[in-house]
Amino acid sequence: MTEATLKPLTYLVNTAKPLAIDDYIHAGGYQGAAKALHQCTPAQVLDIVKDSSLKGRGGAGFPTGVKWSFVPMFAADDPKAPDNKYLVCNADEMEPGTFKDRLLLEGVPHQLIEAMIIAAYTIGANKAFIFLRGEYHLAAKRLQQAIDEAYQSNWLGSNIQSSNYQLDLHVHTSAGRYICGEETALINALEGKRANPRAKPPFPQVAGLFGKPTIVNNVETLSNLPHILKHGVDWFKQVAPESDAGTKIYGACGRVNTPGLWELPMGATIREVLYEHAGGMKDGLKLKGLLPGGASTDFLLPEHLDTPMDYDSIAKAGSRLGTGGLIVLDDHNCPVAMVLNLLKFFAQESCGWCTPCRDGTPWAVEILSRIEHGQGRLADLDSLAQLCDFMWIGKTHCALAPGAVEPLKSALKYFHDEFEQHIDNGCCPYKGSH
Amino acid sequence: MQIIATIQRDYRDYLSETEIAEIEHEASCLETREAAGIDALKIVQAHRGWISDESLAAIAQLLGISTAQLEGVATFYNLIYRQPVGHYVIHICDSIGCHLSGYDEVLASIKNHLAIDYGQTTEDGMFTLLSNVCLGACDKAPVMKIGQQDYPHLTAENVVIILDELLNNALANTLADSLPDSLPRNSAEQELDHD
Repeated sequence: MTEATLKPLTYLVNTAKPLAIDDYIHAGGYQGAAKALHQCTPAQVLDIVKDSSLKGRGGAGFPTGVKWSFVPMFAADDPKAPDNKYLVCNADEMEPGTFKDRLLLEGVPHQLIEAMIIAAYTIGANKAFIFLRGEYHLAAKRLQQAIDEAYQSNWLGSNIQSSNYQLDLHVHTSAGRYICGEETALINALEGKRANPRAKPPFPQVAGLFGKPTIVNNVETLSNLPHILKHGVDWFKQVAPESDAGTKIYGACGRVNTPGLWELPMGATIREVLYEHAGGMKDGLKLKGLLPGGASTDFLLPEHLDTPMDYDSIAKAGSRLGTGGLIVLDDHNCPVAMVLNLLKFFAQESCGWCTPCRDGTPWAVEILSRIEHGQGRLADLDSLAQLCDFMWIGKTHCALAPGAVEPLKSALKYFHDEFEQHIDNGCCPYKGSH
Repeated sequence: MQIIATIQRDYRDYLSETEIAEIEHEASCLETREAAGIDALKIVQAHRGWISDESLAAIAQLLGISTAQLEGVATFYNLIYRQPVGHYVIHICDSIGCHLSGYDEVLASIKNHLAIDYGQTTEDGMFTLLSNVCLGACDKAPVMKIGQQDYPHLTAENVVIILDELLNNALANTLADSLPDSLPRNSAEQELDHD
């Protein structure tokens, strides 16, 4: 195995100066797209992606090939064929504690363009968008430069590399709000509307952007495609033989010695990420708990350190892999204050469409704030538990409020003593312990 | 409650030719003119610093949508400023990575140094302070963004030095041009010089 097959997503990353198109091609780039366009039918690429068992890296973990298979396919001369379909790359990275897509966007923009050619070709889309969060200015600049190069080199535009396939690619820079990462909210934002999620069905695969069949995929998910095409399904599965296929970009933040990002075979343990790569806890601090994949995942404890970071194992431990970015809580930071910060985030970012989320998240903030500031009552803990129920899956319009429940509910379970201590003592026991 | 001016001028009397050309370019890449609304707001904001009622009405007219609809969009997205902002808009990350790594101290230092709270602008019009959700730089927390620049690894001390330097730069530029209104209204216009 070489760097190219051990760390396919990141081996060409250069955050100081990303590879220009000629250098990217010289390093083996665009071979995956060439294989798709010249050697495969769209149906064949779909089969390859299905066989690879690639799952979405944006948080939900849905199998990519299955998602694509819901897009209706038509013969070129079918009068029922829609006049367009769309591929949208979700680059609205805003999950707190997550910064992996930024690395790919800033460090190797051509990889994403190549990936989008493969995906768009497979679903029969001739137009694609990169929905980029507004704060990622450097990524916007580098993506646009790479797109311009790709047009000049005929990797975008009409009759790409004499394949008779056409693709136009636009970058949409957003104007904020976490909810835009929800795929139907993102579609509304692309249509110039308020980013409220849509009711499903219809699913975007059938009626999405401008009412046309649309696939929305995360940056990291898409970035796997060139390598799956180039090295094959067997290689992809072999990278992580005991787990889900492929690699994952794991991250760690909080008070660890070397916070950062590492591409590892899917299924690396939490311990490996935290201690071998993030350098363990800073001097004088102990691990108290962690969120394994962003703000909207359940807390795990030190006893879970040997859990492999893949979809099934993390789910068995009671949480979700999410984005794979560890948020590490040390023993000098207050767990109640941490949950308060998380719920403030969700309350602020709620789009306000459905009552459980719009009213439930600020209600939780009010109660948590009272507890953190020593004004809590024991009955508040029951109220919080009840709110977790009111905001759970099936009772809200989208996944934002259930995402808020995950850290809250698990904190109530794992840090119950700390909550009671705040209430009994009438103050935060962690004040002044930084 | 404020009522947005309903007496409508022709948008061409209000928006510059450059603004109109930039907005039309975005609209030409999209399936509907409505879809260019957010781009249009960002374009006008880049030129004028913020979105006034007059800007809002002119953009709505240009795109052929109602002012009320565009107001709904403008007030949904936090990077669209519907009030005047300072020359520098500080977006400090208040999400969990920064919270765990010293955000409270950095924020207190900024508020103390500039004598403003969230949502306020300094009297000299130089700085506006806003919170921002996770800026995607958690490995360099605490972090803030001003214009297109990230400022990583903040402390209560170094953030004061950064703000003072920015202030001095702005004052030096003003003196050099000896024109009080020569500054771009918003540092977001300044080009990146990263690469």
